Amino acid sequence: MDFTYTETQDMIRDTLSRFLADSYGFDARQKMINSETGRDPGIWSALATELGMLSAPFAEEHGGLGGGHVENALIMEEMGKVMAIEPYLQTVVIGGGALKAVGGAQADAIIPSIIGGETTIAFAYAEPQGRYDLANVRTTAKADGAGYVLNGHKGVVYCAPWATHLLVTARTGGGHRERNGVELFLIDANLPGIVRRDYPTVDGNRASEIYFENVAIPGDALLLGGIDLIEHIVDNATVAVCAEATGVMAKLHEGTLDYAKQRQQFGQPIARFQVLQHRMVDMFMEVEQAKSMTLYATLHLDKPASERMAAVSQAKAKVSRGANFVGQNAIQTHGGIGITQELAIGHYFKRATMIENQFGSADYHYERFERIVIDEAN
Amino acid sequence: MDMEFSAEDIAFRDEVRAFIADNHPDMSAKKELGEEMSKEDFLSWHRILHAKGWVAPAWPKEYGGTGWTATQRYIWSEETARADCIRLMPFGLSMVGPVIYAFGTPEQKAHFLPRILSGEDWWCQGYSEPGSGSDLASLRTTAVRDGDDYIVNGQKTWTTMAQHADWGFFLVRTDKDAKQQEGISFLLIDMKSPGVTVRPIITLGGEHEVNEVWLENVRVPVSNRVYEENKGWTCAKFLLAHERTGIAGVASSKRGIERIKDIAKSEQDGDKPLISNAFFKRKIAELQIDLTALEFTELRSLAGEAAGKGPGPESSLLKIKGSEIQQRITELALEAVGHYGAPYFRGFGEGDNEHPIGPDYAHRAAPTYFNTRKTTIYGGSNEIQRNIIAKMVLGL
Repeated sequence: MDFTYTETQDMIRDTLSRFLADSYGFDARQKMINSETGRDPGIWSALATELGMLSAPFAEEHGGLGGGHVENALIMEEMGKVMAIEPYLQTVVIGGGALKAVGGAQADAIIPSIIGGETTIAFAYAEPQGRYDLANVRTTAKADGAGYVLNGHKGVVYCAPWATHLLVTARTGGGHRERNGVELFLIDANLPGIVRRDYPTVDGNRASEIYFENVAIPGDALLLGGIDLIEHIVDNATVAVCAEATGVMAKLHEGTLDYAKQRQQFGQPIARFQVLQHRMVDMFMEVEQAKSMTLYATLHLDKPASERMAAVSQAKAKVSRGANFVGQNAIQTHGGIGITQELAIGHYFKRATMIENQFGSADYHYERFERIVIDEAN
Repeated sequence: MDMEFSAEDIAFRDEVRAFIADNHPDMSAKKELGEEMSKEDFLSWHRILHAKGWVAPAWPKEYGGTGWTATQRYIWSEETARADCIRLMPFGLSMVGPVIYAFGTPEQKAHFLPRILSGEDWWCQGYSEPGSGSDLASLRTTAVRDGDDYIVNGQKTWTTMAQHADWGFFLVRTDKDAKQQEGISFLLIDMKSPGVTVRPIITLGGEHEVNEVWLENVRVPVSNRVYEENKGWTCAKFLLAHERTGIAGVASSKRGIERIKDIAKSEQDGDKPLISNAFFKRKIAELQIDLTALEFTELRSLAGEAAGKGPGPESSLLKIKGSEIQQRITELALEAVGHYGAPYFRGFGEGDNEHPIGPDYAHRAAPTYFNTRKTTIYGGSNEIQRNIIAKMVLGL
């Protein structure tokens, strides 16, 4: 058992946090998200080429640093601290993770261009009726010669307006909600028949509703592995947003401490009031526990499926509740100024709130944990 | 960064498991009936571990510790909880022992440490007073110098297991004029000294666990003072930080949750076992997840210690969350047993051989729930722990 970071991991964290401190100040971020395209693509290329950051979790044979889940977690935590809207989660953790899992020619073809920053991926899995059930898929992929034809509607696809590729879940067989027959496809985002409706999200990102209308895709777009593969990469992604949450929550807590120390009421800083001190201690404990749970789940991602899922659900349930608690109490402690757009605190709160339900609410994960650990053990 | 056990760790775990299986005293009859442990019961396991050299894994090797790695200590606490081993009394091993090896004279170390390890001396803690609970530094028990002795007068309370104690470590006031925390000294007092009176306090569950201790003109040699005169608060703070880490109680809470699951499989709720009730199941899940969070927070903190950071004020977090979880476990166990939480079980007297009312797992559910309210109060109440974090960690 060893909980220490390697020198390379420390270096990744230091380099990234310095870069993000320079490029992702509050005003710079506001400017980006209010721009026409909603981002500054220069930052992504700098992450790829100047910092080599996108190579962190990939194998050396693909030009990577040879890291994995721990690197993803610490990068996501740093992204969370500045509320970065970069498509690292979608492109590297999810897309890259799927390619690493399937390996072979598909991985050889695409991973180098992810590392280089040329390929960005969006994950089109959610459907309006599906909630968090990954097998609740109505989008179809019908075999047609050597390829498939896609039809269906995917909802709230984060980062889709910027993506060169889409990672899509679609049904090649089986009935609605059946696990059998759900497959994963990596396709060009600009194929004929793909209709996108783009919009901003409440937490500063961009997303799309995507409609597939008889979209012809090649046979080698299929990443073989079915629902098991999809569950695996979604678990990776879930832990990555937990890691992002630890960064967001730490900032919410830190900002609240700073504010309470300088805000004067009744002739003294409000940080002197014990009722607020204890609330800030409770926030601190949630932040620490979120870090612990993220570490716990990160170290379980390569375990057998049921162990992995139980660990990931424990982490997400705890982090979702913690993010809720820390976010709400950060706003409450700030008072009126907390509900304006003026301070960063409100923006962290919005991201924390979206993370609560991303890849499953606390309730969803409590239930999944109960199913694996309590029901199946009886 | 990984959580795998090495081949050596696995060999160690097997060795520990086999040792416990071969040597732990059989307590099954007592446990089944929910009877309390006697002094001899506690000491039986203590002596076996001492003979093996495993009684104080947390101590430095030079004073009789095991020299185990942090991982081995983790395995040890997991395995002892898994086997539901008799717990060791903390007053000597976890409390005064570390104070003596950190602050004591060579004579004090040579005399007291081996006797703590062997179990020869049973220790108690003389801290709280009727007027000094959370505000411990306001304590009024006095020690006045008289030649080579102190004359000690005052009253201590909530003194756990003092009825069995050979020795006690006491905080006493040696300078009335100094600022509160600067006039306190740390004394080791022989409980058989003339003038020491121990009176029982019976708590909600009917147990005799805590006591009042009266000190009337008790003579204590100056050589029994640990560290400098008026610097006892330094020892007290050191001890509190140590006490707070052990207090998380992760391994025994794991066992507690397993016990609740077993009860909930036996108890019926309609035509299904209680464990299938969605609301009850959610409470178990919440407990189990909160316990994982506590466990990994403790492991992170241990890793920090191994990297040279001592147990700091963040260990208050472990005390707060650990004690809350212990209480929730006893509350859920009481909920699980339903009607049979109510019958009052007096324990067995002489010639008393009628089987108690209700299922065996129900006998101590209510008394344990009542008794466990103590965990958020003792060792610095959870409100005091929040004050400590606010001040020492958050700089408020």
